[in-house]
Parts: sequence; structure tokens; C-alpha cells
Amino acid sequence: MDIELILKVYPYFLKAAVITVELSVLTIVLGLICGALGAASRLSRFAILRFIGAAYVSFFRGTPALIQLFLLYFGGPQIGIQLDAFQAGVIGLGVNIGAYMTETMRGAIVAVDRGQTEAARTLGLSKAQAFRKVTLPQALRLMIRPLGVNINAQIKGTALVSAISVVELTYTAQRYIGSTYKPFEMFFLAGVLYLIIITAVGKGVSFLDRKVRIQ
Amino acid sequence: MTETKSFVEIRHAQKSYGTLEVLKDISLNVERGQIVAIIGPSGSGKSTLLRAINDLDPLTGGEVWLDGVQVNKNLPHNQYEKHINQMRQDIGMVFQHFNLFPHLSVRDNVTMAPKLLKKISDKEADKLAEEQLDHVGMLERIDYYPAQLSGGQKQRVAIARALAMKPKLMLFDEATSALDPELVEEVNLVMKKLAQEHMTMIIVTHEMDFAASVCDRVLFMDKGVVVEEGPPEQVFKNPTQERTRNFLRKHLEGAK
Ligand SMILES: Nc1ncnc2c1ncn2[C@@H]1O[C@H](COP(=O)(O)OP(=O)(O)O)[C@@H](O)[C@H]1O
Ligand SMILES: [Mg+2]
Repeated sequence: MDIELILKVYPYFLKAAVITVELSVLTIVLGLICGALGAASRLSRFAILRFIGAAYVSFFRGTPALIQLFLLYFGGPQIGIQLDAFQAGVIGLGVNIGAYMTETMRGAIVAVDRGQTEAARTLGLSKAQAFRKVTLPQALRLMIRPLGVNINAQIKGTALVSAISVVELTYTAQRYIGSTYKPFEMFFLAGVLYLIIITAVGKGVSFLDRKVRIQ
Repeated sequence: MTETKSFVEIRHAQKSYGTLEVLKDISLNVERGQIVAIIGPSGSGKSTLLRAINDLDPLTGGEVWLDGVQVNKNLPHNQYEKHINQMRQDIGMVFQHFNLFPHLSVRDNVTMAPKLLKKISDKEADKLAEEQLDHVGMLERIDYYPAQLSGGQKQRVAIARALAMKPKLMLFDEATSALDPELVEEVNLVMKKLAQEHMTMIIVTHEMDFAASVCDRVLFMDKGVVVEEGPPEQVFKNPTQERTRNFLRKHLEGAK
């Protein structure tokens, strides 16, 4: 392994890692928003919203994220959507992970014992009050770990945007291979940086989960 | 609409799940301060009847009245929601599995609904929690969480939570059935205390001795109908119906 080369190029990889982190944060925020809206739709009492929610989930989970990304970035201009690669990456991957998060959030909400809502309604709380005061606080605790799994997948998933030339970690590694012909060192370095990001986030999720867990 | 005479009136209650008729024309009157026990085999419709009173399981026919107001009024959806939420504040319910809110402390379990619905101050809420928890002997556990309590303690907190809304009527659905035998008595004692305070109560129970000792009236239900009804001495000692005798005999054998 060419340590000298790694030491020489790693500052550029660090810069790229910052882009990966930015992409991750933005896609996760967008994903959480889409997930919350998706879960609310899927659990709505209106059939049309339930249908839209289900269609959203099945489209984005039923097709490759790469195809969705290409559709948006390369196909978008054809229908009047002009996005630069970074924007397309954030929107494409954010809406994609939102479909998975929809299912995670819905799962956590329905996992809260029905007796909880009944007890709240029996005291005189409205449906909305019972949801806000009783179901949601318990569901939020239940969703931290599985959302952590979605987030982990999403951070790794940001590598896909290298295919539309966003200069993040994976793209940077590929670019340096072109000039150095050292794929092992370049991918190794990128892998280590992904591992650091993911381990840090994983620790954060565990900490949060422990902190709010119901004894 | 006919005028109501009794504090609680159930008139011709009927409930079907699809083709399965679970309640078949049940009528029941309960006076203010009266305590009625409902007994009967599993699946006879006891819970369904009890849960119809606060409309947790809406009836498919018949009426429920409390203190001169119809609970299951026929109103447009939004108006009905308002009405039923108001009515439920007057009807406390205690469940077999307690259904305490696990994310809230004992104090907050008791005060959450009064704070939200009656807009009482934090100070009033604290006083209310202390009062109600003292009443059920759980004041020392006020800052615990439900998971830190025994089953009997949980159920006493659940009773305090219901009482904190100052209900006119209390419903108990097998409040001691999920408890280890040695924890049953502490909950029964709380219910007896409520009886002495003349709380109106409808109690679904499997404990015949308890029913006999606190209730004014016992209803024996089977397959969705009230088979026999009367004071406990009569229903337990001299049942007139064959089905009641069979049930009591089986129950007695089961208890041994
Ligand atoms: N949601 C439901 N859907 C269909 N059948 C139900 C439902 N809830 C209760 N039942 C049926 O109604 C009958 C009465 O149930 P229940 O009131 O719980 O009886 P009990 O409390 O006396 O044991 C049972 O046959 C039960 O299977
Ligand atoms: Mg039952």
C-alpha cells in the first residue's frame, strides 16, 4: 500500500467527505419530511391520501434509486425540470429514502398498543390529542433505531450520485484512480472515511435511543 | 325521546360484528351510587356492553343515557366527536391491562388529561395528583414510571388516573384478571373504598366473592343476553335459571 500517496491526497478526500456529509444531511432531512408526510397519508382516514401514500412507497421502493436519479437528472430537462447535479442528487435520494422512512414511521406508529389510544380517548381526549400526547411520543421512541438503519443506508447511498458527477467521496476516489492508477489505495481511503462517518452517526443514534428509551 | 328516570340507562342495546350478534337487546338501569356487577362466561359480551357505555365500541342499535343525556346521540361527525369527548370525561374506565402511559411518570399519567381538557394550572395539577394518588395509596410512587410498578400498583394508578377527571360513573373491565393472586386484594380494597364513597360503578368481574361483597345487583350474561339479574344473595345463592346454576357450579369448580 502506498502510504505516501494516501498522505498526499487525503486532504482532497476530506473535502469530498464534507460533500458526502452535506448530501447525507440534506437527503436525510428531506427524507424525514417525506417520511412524515408519507406516513400521515398512509394512516389517513381519506382513501385518496392512503392511495397516494401507498403509490409513493411502492414506486420509490420498487425501482432502483439509480434509475430514479437518472430519470430526474437526465430526463428532467425534457419535461422542464432543470437541476444541477447536486440538487438532483439531494432531491432524488431524499425522496427515495423518504419512501423507506414512510414505512419505518408508519410501522412505529401502528406498533403502539391500541390500548394506549383507547385509554386516552376514554379520558376524553380527541383523536388528535390522543395522537399527540400518547401515540406519537411512544412511536418516536420506537422509530429511532429503524430510522438509524435508514440513515445508515442513505449515507452509503450517497455514493450513487457519483454517477451524475457530484464530487463526493466515491466520485473523488474514481477521479484519483484515473491519475494515480492506484484503485486499492483510493477506494481504501474512501472506505475508511465512510466508515468514520457511519460509525459516528451510529453512535449518535444509539445514544439518542438509550436516552429516550422507556424503561 | 322518552324521559330518562335512572342515572344510567341502557335501552335495547344491540351490537353485531357482521353477522355475529354479540349483544341482543340488552336493557339495564343503574341508579346514582349503585354498584352493578356483570358476570358471565368468556365471549358472552360483557366487555362489549361495558365499552358501549362510553362508545368505545359503538352499538349498532339502542341507546345509552347518562344523567339525562344520551351518550350515543345521532349527530354529524364533527359535532359527535365534541359531544362524545365531553361525555367521556364523565365516564371513567379501568382496563384489564391497565393501559398506563409508559412514557409518562405516575404523576403525569394522572394529570395529563385534566391539564389538557380542564386547563388546570401546574400547581392545581400537582395537588390533584397528590390527592388522587393518596386516595389509592400510591402517593409514594408519584415520581416513578409505570414500568417500575407491580401490576397491582399499576392498576391503582390507573384508577387514580380515571378518578382525576372526577367522573360520574366508573366502568371496570376485569380490573384484577391480569394480576397475580396476591395483588388482587389491594385493588379490590380501592374499589371497596369507592363503593363506600357512593361512586356509581359497573364492574365486569370473575370474582364472585368480591361481587357479592360490594355490589347492589348482579347481572349474569350469556351469549349476548342478560340471563338473570338480581341482588347478589339471590343470583349467587338461589339462581332461578339453569344457565346461571351451571356457570356458577363450573366457576366454583374452577376456583378450587
Ligand atoms: N372487534 C370484534 N370483531 C369481531 N368480533 C368481536 C370483536 N370484539 C368482540 N367480538 C366478539 O364478541 C363476542 C363478545 O366479546 P366480549 O364482549 O369481549 O366478551 P366478554 O368480555 O364477555 O368475554 C365474542 O364472541 C367476541 O369474539
Ligand atoms: Mg371481556
